Amino acid sequence: MATISPLADAVDALVHDGAEIALEGLGASVPAAAAHAILRRRPRDLTLVGTAPGPAGDQLVGAGCVRKLVFSRLDPGLHRIRDALVTGWPAPLEIEEHTQAGMAARYVAGASGLPFGTVRDGYTGTDLAAVTHLATVRCPFTGAELTALPALRPDLAVVHAQRADRAGNVQLRGVPGLRKEAVLAARRALVTVEEVVDELEPEHGAVVLPAFTVTRIAVVPAAAPDGDPRADPCDDTVGRSWAGVSGDRARFTSWLEGIRA
Amino acid sequence: MSDQMLVTAARLLADGEVCVAGCGAARRAARLARAVHAPGLTVLGDDGTVDGVPAATAGVADTTYWLQGGRVDVGVLVADQVDAFGNVNTTVLGEYDEPTTRLAGVGAAAEIAAGAGRVVVLLPHRLSAFVVRVDFVTAPGALAGPLDRAQLGLRGVGTVAVVTDLGILRPDPATAELVLTDVHPGVSVDRVRAETGWPLEVADEVGVTEPATAEEVAALRAG
Repeated sequence: MATISPLADAVDALVHDGAEIALEGLGASVPAAAAHAILRRRPRDLTLVGTAPGPAGDQLVGAGCVRKLVFSRLDPGLHRIRDALVTGWPAPLEIEEHTQAGMAARYVAGASGLPFGTVRDGYTGTDLAAVTHLATVRCPFTGAELTALPALRPDLAVVHAQRADRAGNVQLRGVPGLRKEAVLAARRALVTVEEVVDELEPEHGAVVLPAFTVTRIAVVPAAAPDGDPRADPCDDTVGRSWAGVSGDRARFTSWLEGIRA
Repeated sequence: MSDQMLVTAARLLADGEVCVAGCGAARRAARLARAVHAPGLTVLGDDGTVDGVPAATAGVADTTYWLQGGRVDVGVLVADQVDAFGNVNTTVLGEYDEPTTRLAGVGAAAEIAAGAGRVVVLLPHRLSAFVVRVDFVTAPGALAGPLDRAQLGLRGVGTVAVVTDLGILRPDPATAELVLTDVHPGVSVDRVRAETGWPLEVADEVGVTEPATAEEVAALRAG
């Protein structure tokens, strides 16, 4: 059952050196405050999983917390991840890339207790097939060849949502991305919310994560001015302000000191 | 990307179709089509949105189901590098393990290229980006010949047009190699050849695209 606690306490309880941690969310749903709390905790050797890691992933890689990054898309402006990949600063970064469909299939397999997920498309005919982790299986019914991908079972999923009730049920609004799938696949889940209410109002289009799927809930300031569910995630390309910090090692280092001060 | 490029791509999308488009130029072209000539075009985002509005049923996983289930007519992809067979690279320039430039990666591009009925690719025409063979096949076009996709069981026909700021390249059905079929107004065939990194075949009759209309430009400005 979900416990509501301060963010720093939740991170202390759940984030450990060497853990596999999934960060999911697009647009107004990026778990930005949680990423900062993880930076303060200074974990080492994380395996970070994120379909589109965004600035949060960039910060954790730049801070040297991440040994391996599992991802689908790196938006432009994430210079810390690129610096780690190309020059090994501040530490070499191992990567494993998958398609978005592949990430979805891997989470769903993990959430379902299956050892692997399958996709029909997305690897066949590509050069990604040769450099990532997959196998080919034959359908026992039709004989069709499918791509098999190992299930994702992160030690921890971290997502942001709009609100929770006092019992720990969580309501997700906005572009769903793979937030639900990551929480259900992970052994533990930390959800940051903008408010805790007595009772969740039924809301069209909102996804509810029942309290039994969530480990900890922490209240943080709104990630975006209003968390507008109609916000266009296309506006979520990495902001120029972050790209500016990320683009310069010295600026990033002083930014990181500020976050950790 | 130039207005003429977005307008030309938009005209390749038909009313009533289901289209999947990534963020940025691809989505702008798709929305332009809907605003001007294709009001019944459904625009799916690769991020799991429907017409830019998050719907209860649409997450990244749903988009995957729709693509793999063959429910998407056309995909619009923005490339960083394209080759003579319409293969798309958005992963790395140089070697994968030691890239000179690390690009955005695959996202949903590979399942779009495999599963959508057809694919329109957008890329400004520069010699460095139009290469004989892409450094990394992120999203398959014709791979290396006209039969390759079918042999691998890829559902859609792959790249049907590469729209650039100079014109349109389309695959020759016999060879699957891209051929210059249209230039934008005022662009010479020689200029397109000079910006293409392989000996570019040219159609017997090269068309000239219609200039962007006032209505199209206004729709682009309106977003």
